[in-house]
Amino acid sequence: MEFKTHISVQNLNVFYGKEQALRNITIDIPDKKIIAIIGPSGCGKTTLLKSFNRLIDSVDDIRVSGRVLVDGEDIFDPKTEVTHIRKKMGLLSQSPYPLPMSIYDNVAYGPRIHGLRDKKELDRIVEHYLKESGLWDEVKDRLHTPASRISVGQQQRLCLARGLAVEPEIILADEPTSALDPRSSQRIEQSFLKLKEQYTIIIVTHILRQARRLADYVVFLYCGELIEHGPAEDIFENPKEEMTKEYIKGVIS
Amino acid sequence: MDKRKIEENIFKILMIFSTSIVVGSLILILVTIFLKGFPALNLDMLIKTPKGGYYLGKEGGILNAILGSIVLGIGATFLALLISLPLVFYLNLYLKKNSRFALLVRFLLDVLWGIPSIVYGAFGFIVMIFLGLQASLLAGIITVALLILPIMSRSIDEVLKMIPFELKEASYALGATKLETALKVVFRQALPGILTSILIAFGRGIGDAASVLFTAGFTDSLPHSLFRPVATLPLAIFFQLGTPFPEVQERGYASAFILTIIILIISIASRILTRRFTRNIVK
Repeated sequence: MEFKTHISVQNLNVFYGKEQALRNITIDIPDKKIIAIIGPSGCGKTTLLKSFNRLIDSVDDIRVSGRVLVDGEDIFDPKTEVTHIRKKMGLLSQSPYPLPMSIYDNVAYGPRIHGLRDKKELDRIVEHYLKESGLWDEVKDRLHTPASRISVGQQQRLCLARGLAVEPEIILADEPTSALDPRSSQRIEQSFLKLKEQYTIIIVTHILRQARRLADYVVFLYCGELIEHGPAEDIFENPKEEMTKEYIKGVIS
Repeated sequence: MDKRKIEENIFKILMIFSTSIVVGSLILILVTIFLKGFPALNLDMLIKTPKGGYYLGKEGGILNAILGSIVLGIGATFLALLISLPLVFYLNLYLKKNSRFALLVRFLLDVLWGIPSIVYGAFGFIVMIFLGLQASLLAGIITVALLILPIMSRSIDEVLKMIPFELKEASYALGATKLETALKVVFRQALPGILTSILIAFGRGIGDAASVLFTAGFTDSLPHSLFRPVATLPLAIFFQLGTPFPEVQERGYASAFILTIIILIISIASRILTRRFTRNIVK
């Protein structure tokens, strides 16, 4: 099958001190799909996700070899401007971390740091992306209350709107529903299914059922190694590797 | 069974005893200076400067020292803040978590914190002479700023350490630089803690006598120039208690009472401010 790709990973190795978190990962991430990175805890799923926008930079004693190309640009090249790379990707973390400011300012934060000052345009952006993340109707009358006042589920959707407001091409989601109740989780999943028409969504999850519900393409990592990747139906129905079979069946976890 | 219960009770009593020593000593201090200073406490103390013969028991007040202390305290706090903020942001956002240099800087700040204020006074005096200054408001501000710098930096440092990494990460992920993250996210989140640290440092600075003894000097006139000596409350207390006249000593206690009240007001203000600024804080 042919995929267009934004993100191409070539021989990526990541070390935390002496420990190797990722071993020789090579993969092309397909565009405009939901890609689920699955695998047991501590197997490098988050490390792989965070190496796409170089958030792993801030970890102590980290060493990286290999290349990650985003739109053909090697992001670990010292000449690459990291803020430019990060602008292309929105991040949803495990539990929502709204910034210490109002709902409005949270969404406007990204556009503002990237130079947008026009009040009308900011209003438009805030409304548009809050609608996109399905939060607008719940907060439109209290845009200027602190973001810490809304529920955790609403905060996660606010974080989604905040990420979308910098107009990324890719959404990185690190177990984005793990802190949420089932209803809020469902709303996030629904947003993803809607958003995948415009964005490439990479989601780390250890919930297999979630991966089945959402993923078009699955990447299976085990202990830092890329065991298998392919379209979701192939991985779930017809895995080639023994290890994938066992993980899907629940023999190993 | 019984033995364990007795044990429990003995230690509980010990704990209550320690707690009451702390609470009791605050009350005792306040009551003592109030009772001793009360006869001398009047409006003149607050709104007049010392007239000739004030230190012999004649007319006047300590407005010079009240204003002097406030001006010097604010100046020193401001100067210390100008140095503390960049320092702590550098330690917490720009250096790695286990950076040796950061460890060293924190250790040095702790050492500086422990140095007695008279040593700062002596050091400030040398610097003053080196710079060709005389005992003055400016020299006092510089010395007290040095004295409270480690207190302020380490307190703000502890506040910044508590900020969840994910919050900074959220800002970085949107393409923010470290500076933007520091000023727009970390600063806001830490603001209540920063205010408390500032006020603690101010309280320490305004109450210190030894560091201003040689550097700020003393004067009976109100503070009017950075390059002229300035009176401070701790030294006013020191001089008045040092006289042989009971009525002047009473004024010393009254001055101590005024200083304590100023510090009390600052503590209460810091609580109120802290509550106001926690509005936006993410927990």
